[in-house]
Amino acid sequence: MNIVVCVKQVPDTEALIKVKADGSGIDEGGIKWVMNPYDEFGVEEALKLKEKNGGDVTIVSVGPARALETIRTALAMGAEKGIHINDPALEGADAYTTASALAAAIKEIPHDIVFCGMRAIDDDAGQVGSILAELLGIPQVTVVTKLEVADGKATAVKAIEGAQLVIETSLPCVITAAKGLNEPRYASLPGIMKAKKKPVDVKDAAALGISVAAKAKIVKMMPPPERAPGKIVGGEEAAEKAAQLVKLLREEAKVI
Amino acid sequence: MNTLLSEKHRAIRKAVRSFCDRELTPIAAAIDQEARFPWEAIEIMGKLGYFGIQAPTELGGAGLDSLSYVVAVEEVSRSSGAIGLTITVHNSVAVHPILSFGTEDQKNRWIPPLARGEKIGAFCLTEPNAGSDASAIEATAIRKNDCYITNANKVFVSNGGVADLCLIFARTDPGAGRKGISVIVAERGTRGYSVGEPEDLSGMRANPVCSIRLYDCRIPLENLLGKEGAGLQIALETLDTGRLGIAAQATGISQAALEASFRYARERQQFGTSIGSHQAVQGMLADMATMVDAARLLVYRAAILRDEGKPFSREAAMAKLYASEISTAVTDRAVQIHGGYGYSKAYAVERYYRDARVTRIYEGTSEIHRMVIAKGILEEYP
Ligand SMILES: Cc1cc2nc3c(=O)[nH]c(=O)nc-3n(C[C@H](O)[C@H](O)[C@H](O)COP(=O)(O)OP(=O)(O)OC[C@H]3O[C@@H](n4cnc5c(N)ncnc54)[C@H](O)[C@@H]3O)c2cc1C
Repeated sequence: MNIVVCVKQVPDTEALIKVKADGSGIDEGGIKWVMNPYDEFGVEEALKLKEKNGGDVTIVSVGPARALETIRTALAMGAEKGIHINDPALEGADAYTTASALAAAIKEIPHDIVFCGMRAIDDDAGQVGSILAELLGIPQVTVVTKLEVADGKATAVKAIEGAQLVIETSLPCVITAAKGLNEPRYASLPGIMKAKKKPVDVKDAAALGISVAAKAKIVKMMPPPERAPGKIVGGEEAAEKAAQLVKLLREEAKVI
Repeated sequence: MNTLLSEKHRAIRKAVRSFCDRELTPIAAAIDQEARFPWEAIEIMGKLGYFGIQAPTELGGAGLDSLSYVVAVEEVSRSSGAIGLTITVHNSVAVHPILSFGTEDQKNRWIPPLARGEKIGAFCLTEPNAGSDASAIEATAIRKNDCYITNANKVFVSNGGVADLCLIFARTDPGAGRKGISVIVAERGTRGYSVGEPEDLSGMRANPVCSIRLYDCRIPLENLLGKEGAGLQIALETLDTGRLGIAAQATGISQAALEASFRYARERQQFGTSIGSHQAVQGMLADMATMVDAARLLVYRAAILRDEGKPFSREAAMAKLYASEISTAVTDRAVQIHGGYGYSKAYAVERYYRDARVTRIYEGTSEIHRMVIAKGILEEYP
């Protein structure tokens, strides 16, 4: 079984995000980069399938030079090889362009299942997996919390409001991973050493023959407004304070 | 500091930190208070290679170099000093001497389960009447037919409560003084082998530091490590590596205290501003950061020399001496920066302060280290 996992390098959830003064993006200085947590679920599921059915796991990532570290992390967890799509023209690419780059790379290699995270925790768009499936012309099941693969088909469980859907699909297919799918393993110390020697192909947009013209553009990034300082309601009597509070809630906070 | 490291060593640091942040840091305070050995975390660490960091991959180890080893020990100790102790004692003074002095047979028999963490190792030199002066040990292992009849009262054995395999320093030739000491490997479960109650320690409480008694224990001749009479030489060689591990451990504890202090100095407000904006606090922070970097550089230097196959004994001693001395200084200032809260178990620096203290005592006290370092240098300048 040949499995492909798309991974994205994102700022650590605990990183302090600062928007650049000109609003063109975030200030990357001092940021710790990690693998998108939803992609980790994809890597783990791929490794489990490989361990059960044999085959290869290939990691594909679109990102600048630093993204190689994330590919290596997945290789240290146990994947076989990587494809690093690194092109300055793809920096800040929209979901469509990213998906076309991934699709072009994945088309060239055998793939029975393609995993993506259900969304990336940086831009929260949640579109790449679906666009990728369309571009590859294969079925997709999104936000999957349980997966079984047997007899050439995949049975996926997807949680929806108040219920669970059990969805069956033929292979190849795209699965987008949600929390609950599995418990991702840690890279072992010997795994890290082995990862260094595993092959990673580097490709740019020209090699993939894709257009880098974005369909969507981030116009401006703004930090959320700063929270206004709290207010202490003064007054002597409880009744007086309560009246004051109600007035503030109604007129200033406009919550009642 | 990370920029000094190769990509490989940075990857090791990152992976170890991400594991420790998720699995060790959250339990570190509880296992300290409960004096509990966290088997659940230890089992995962065994599978990930932490118990055979430098053992060759053919024998089930991770096959890493010394620099990777000190990076890993530092990171584990940054989360939990006590588990750092487990890892460094197991790797440096149990697995390492078996690899260095063991026969092929012994390596094949003992290393794979040790390297996978299925068995835990310990190093038993100290006795009630033999601490800094290791040559004063009274334990005996007298050869009789196919066995060494071993009698020993070993104290302060790190990992003692959970160890499956103990390196016992004992006299095989009681009349031969320093040249009569040998290393015998005793396995838990051997008749006459018993484990005492864990010491009620000030720090490192999650490590089951116990006494180990051997009473007329019949240990097969093939459990002799190295040659008869080579015990003190094995101890010295092993302690060189051990010191590197303890130096890394002390640095990890210091690093944790430093990070906690910077965070606290930024958050805590007094006199209408963060305490970190007061010069006196800044002075402490600057000194702490500088000491931690200097310690780490000494640790790296010794590890790199060892990886290059060059002599590293003095450098390891200096790293151990300095890193342990500054770890008590750094954790002391960390408590000071936290004020009253730093003296309370509500904040981790209280634990760092207790954990750091022993690094100046075990695997050779600071005083013994100074003696060794000075003696070497004096001999060079006659
Ligand atoms: C938590 C913990 C874990 C340990 N783990 C292990 C272990 O796994 N295996 C093991 O074998 N041991 C272990 N030890 C024992 C440790 O190595 C000894 O405590 C240490 O070597 C010091 O010996 P001592 O306690 O007998 O002190 P002593 O040797 O009695 O020293 C007391 C004081 O006298 C000073 N002193 C002694 N001789 C001299 C001298 N010649 N010149 C100047 N000053 C001197 C010392 O520096 C010290 O300050 C552990 C100890 C602790 C606390």
